[in-house]
This record gives sequence, structure tokens and C-alpha cells, in this order.
Amino acid sequence: MNLYSNIKKKIALILALLMIAALCGCVGGEKATTLYVLNWGDYIDEALLTEFEEESGIKINYTSMATNEEMMVKLQEPDCIYDVCFPSDYIIEKLVAQDLLHELNKDNIPNLVNIDQRFMDLDFDPGNKYSVPYMWGTVGILYNTTMVSDPVDSWDILWNEKYSGQILMYDSIRDTMGVALMKLGRSVNTRDEQDIKDAEEALIAQKPLVLAYLGDSIKDRMISGGGALAIVYSGDAMWCMDENPDLAYAVPKTGTNLWFDNIIIPKTSKHTEEAEAFINFLCDADVAAQNAEYIGYSTPNAPALQLMGEDYINNETYNPPQELLDKCEIFHDLGDFITVYNDAWNRVKSYVG
Amino acid sequence: MKRIADFFKGTYLGLMLLFLYAPIIVLMVFSFNESKTMGHWSGFSFKWYEALLSDATIMDALWVTLSVAIISAIAATAIGTFAAIGIHSMKKSPKSVVENISQLPMVNPDLVTGISFMMLFALLGIKGGYTRMLIAHITFNIPYVIFSVLPKLRQSSNNLYEAAMDLGCTPWMALRKVVIPDIMPGIVSGFILSFTLSLDDFVVSWFATSGIQNLSIYIYSIARRGISPKINALSAIMFVAVMTLLLFVNLRSLKEEREAEKQIKRL
Repeated sequence: MNLYSNIKKKIALILALLMIAALCGCVGGEKATTLYVLNWGDYIDEALLTEFEEESGIKINYTSMATNEEMMVKLQEPDCIYDVCFPSDYIIEKLVAQDLLHELNKDNIPNLVNIDQRFMDLDFDPGNKYSVPYMWGTVGILYNTTMVSDPVDSWDILWNEKYSGQILMYDSIRDTMGVALMKLGRSVNTRDEQDIKDAEEALIAQKPLVLAYLGDSIKDRMISGGGALAIVYSGDAMWCMDENPDLAYAVPKTGTNLWFDNIIIPKTSKHTEEAEAFINFLCDADVAAQNAEYIGYSTPNAPALQLMGEDYINNETYNPPQELLDKCEIFHDLGDFITVYNDAWNRVKSYVG
Repeated sequence: MKRIADFFKGTYLGLMLLFLYAPIIVLMVFSFNESKTMGHWSGFSFKWYEALLSDATIMDALWVTLSVAIISAIAATAIGTFAAIGIHSMKKSPKSVVENISQLPMVNPDLVTGISFMMLFALLGIKGGYTRMLIAHITFNIPYVIFSVLPKLRQSSNNLYEAAMDLGCTPWMALRKVVIPDIMPGIVSGFILSFTLSLDDFVVSWFATSGIQNLSIYIYSIARRGISPKINALSAIMFVAVMTLLLFVNLRSLKEEREAEKQIKRL
């Protein structure tokens, strides 16, 4: 008897545990529509999510990712649950080619008129059929004015032996190969093997001067005075300059790489109307201004920029002049040719002078 | 001579501990930094601790991490222990086959495990991020429990179980009162191992689930924009909590051991 009652108790306990587990799984169950949003970490003012939930009655499940590639994996899943994502420019081309994007119904996004015409109809998504620009910026040189005496107006300064051991480069294939290509006056989207070879040689020649190839920690190093020159994105440069007034940001006169993060709806989404309402909300001038001030990256929303005031409008890091933008290039998806870049970059990284 | 030997012993141990703990100490110190940047001290402040407690996203992620770690460790320990007892009592050749098969997932790269879960869940139509994460964590924990319980079973003698039966135990009582107490250290270490593995898993969690994030997913995802000192504060709290827990457990078992020794002496 004892045996059975004991077993019963144990089974009851296990069942109870399973039920707790199941219960936890159901907490996210749908009553109101839930929009699943996948964004870069810390890339939205989260107060806005609550504001949207209250305004629309739509619930938001917000999670984040670290790279475009991770997001690609999620979007390729057959039972992808996401309704709104924020991929970068060249990834849009890939997603379109794989037929993974929902064609936006612009009647549901009247606030689209707020987006600066200069940032609409870009090469990676002609006519903005699938995407709306979210944030943008340039790639440039952040330098410490107490260590750098020469004018910073060309990529060549990163090859100046005077700054040997004080230069920080990005540990990122497209960005760093891009800098070398731009220095040589070639396109950052080149598919010419000779160009890649030249860029590789340039980076190898530069390697003895480079202190380190880093990721995100470049910012901390520059703020603490641990480098004279570094490659950074404009939005990050804004923040670094706030933290350390000795720092300044410059974009070479010859132009640079322009990048865009964009809002898209995956084809698998079952709540496209609600997702479009969310996009519309993000394109509202007040919302976009609040969001851009939180993130610190440049907003493509023209009235939002006006709301943010003179400090932002007249800041050339935040709002570069049109003459410069005309000379800039946006990354394109390179398809299989990316392996040529990868190989060159690996040879640079493994080169021992 | 002895003094030199002692000196080297001391420095060796000291250096080892320093290397182990230096990163954590740096991280904890900077959790009290006023400024947002690491490596740039601008004054003492508790503001990141306050900011941490009012950050709903981090708190949600912490809740997911802790609840998944606890539930998955309990479930995996129960399943794994019974599996180990079963494997132990099998005949020789099927035993070694099953034993090896059950340990194989441990050498499987996390990435492969994660992606296979992703495909399996899609195939079975299991929705719900939390359920998915829980199932994945229980599954990757089971082999570790088996791995830590089996050696204990090998050490213990089968005669104990038979003696208990001879003295009137039912099989279930014998299991509960003799076998399980005998292998308890293995079960506990299996539980702790499962708990820690689940606590810091990123790769499997990321690929196996959608629409839910634990702390590792969250921390990894904010890397692009810069890790906030809130994370330092959180790591400091967790480190201190785990440390206290371990100290407590160890002190208690030390006390129990001493009392047991006393009893043996008295006998």
C-alpha cells in the first residue's frame, strides 16, 4: 500500500511541476493581438512601447538580437513568429531576394510623408516597397584632439606613421575592407578581385601602425584616451564626444559609407495591419524625435529633426551636409563574392609582420 | 628550504586566485562607477543599481533565466537520476551502448543542438518561447546529470539494495531510503551542474526560442550599442548571491560531517 501511495505522491508532484511549466508557457498566450518585435539591443526608447500599447490596445513582445546574421536565421525559420524587424541596408536586398518580406500597405502608414525624401527610394529597396528607414549614419574617424595635430580630412591619416600604435580599427570585414577601398578611391561594393587585392595590401601595410582590431570596445578605449584615431559610426561618435570633450569626429572629404537600419515586416507575419500601425507610430514626428534622442543616432524623420532643435540640426556629425552625402556609398549585398572579402580579411588578420 | 617552498606554494595559489577573480572584481568595482564608460572612473554611485531595479526588460530576462534554470535543473535531475539507475542495472553490452548514446549530446556543439531544436520545434509545431526554452534546457541538462550520477552508482554496492529488501523494504522504499541517499552527492552535483549550464546558456536558447529572452540573450544583444553598467551591477549581485549560497551549503555540510564524526567516535 505504502509503495503505491508514495508513487502516487511522486507522480502528483511531477504533474504539478509540469503544470507550472505549462502555465508559465501560457502567460504569453493571446488575448489581445501580440506583435512580436525583434530589434537590436537597446535600440528603442522602451517607454514608447508602453505608449503604443496604451494607445492601440495591441500588446508588444519585444526581444533583441546582436547581428544581422542572427536575425536572418530567425526570419528563415519556417514558423517565424516575428512581426517587425530592423535589418540593415544590404540585408534587405538579401531578404527581398529570398522573398521573406511583406509588401507594405502604405495606406496604413500615412506618417511615411515624414521621412526625408533624400532617404526614400534608396538602392537597396527601390520605392520603399518593403522597408522604412529607421536610423542612419556615416562611418568616420573619431580622433583625440590632444594627440592628433594634422587635419583629419582624408583616410590617409590612418596610414600616417606618426600615429603608429595609436590607431584602432574595426574588427569587421565590410567596414574595415571598406575603409581601405575608400582610401584607394574604389567602391565599397567592388566585385573586382584586383581592388580587393589592393585593399588587402593596404591593410597589411597599415597593420604595424594599428594598436588593435576591436568591436564595440573601441568606444571605451577612445573615451579613456587609449587611442588617437579610430573608425566609428557617427551615432557612437556623438556619445563618445559627450563623454570626453577632447574627442572630435570627421568624415573624409572624399565621402564615406552611409548606413541605414530599416523597419520591415516578415512575410510570415499574421498581423501585418497591426505591424503597419506600429511602423506608423514610429514614424510620428514626436515619437521619432523622442526615440532618436534616446538612441543618439541620426533620424531620417525630417519633422522629428526639426523638433530636436538647433543643436542637432547644426551638428555636422549628426546631420552631415548634403554635399558630403552625395559622395557617400551604401553597402550592397555582395552575394557569393563576399568569400573573396572574407579570404582577404583573414589574410590581413593572420599576417605577422 | 621549507620557507622557500611555502613561499612558492603561497604565490602559486595567490596568483591563480588572482587570475580567476580579477575580471569579476574589476566588473564589480565599475558597477559603482558614476560614468557610463568602463575604464574611466568618475566617482562612486549607486545609480546603476537603482537603474537596474527599474529596468523592466532586464528584470523580465532575469526572471526567465532564474525560473528556467531552477525548473530545468529539477526536471533534468529527476529524469537523469532515474535514467542512470536504469542504465546501471542493465546487462553489460546494452548498458555500454545506452551509456554512450546518452552522453553523446555533451560533445555535440551547442550551435548544432540549438539549430536542431529549432527545426524539431517547427516540425512538431510547439509554440511558446518559454516552453521551448524549458524543453531545450531540460534536454541538454540530462546527460550531465547521468554523467555525474553513474559513477556514484558504480561506487555503491548492489548488496545494500538487496540487504534493504531482505530487511523488509519494498523496492520503492529501498530506492528511497538506501539507494538515493547513497548516491546523493552525485545527484546534487548533477543538479548544480544543470543549474549553472542553464543559467549561462546563450547559443541553444537563442536558436531554440523566439519571442523570449533570458539574460544571456539580452546581454549579448546590447553589445552593439555598448554594455551598460547596469549589467555590471546585475553580475555583481548575482555573483554575491551565488557566493553566499555556496558558502552556506559548504559550511552546512562541513558541520554535518563533524557531527557525523563525533557520532562515530561515540559509537
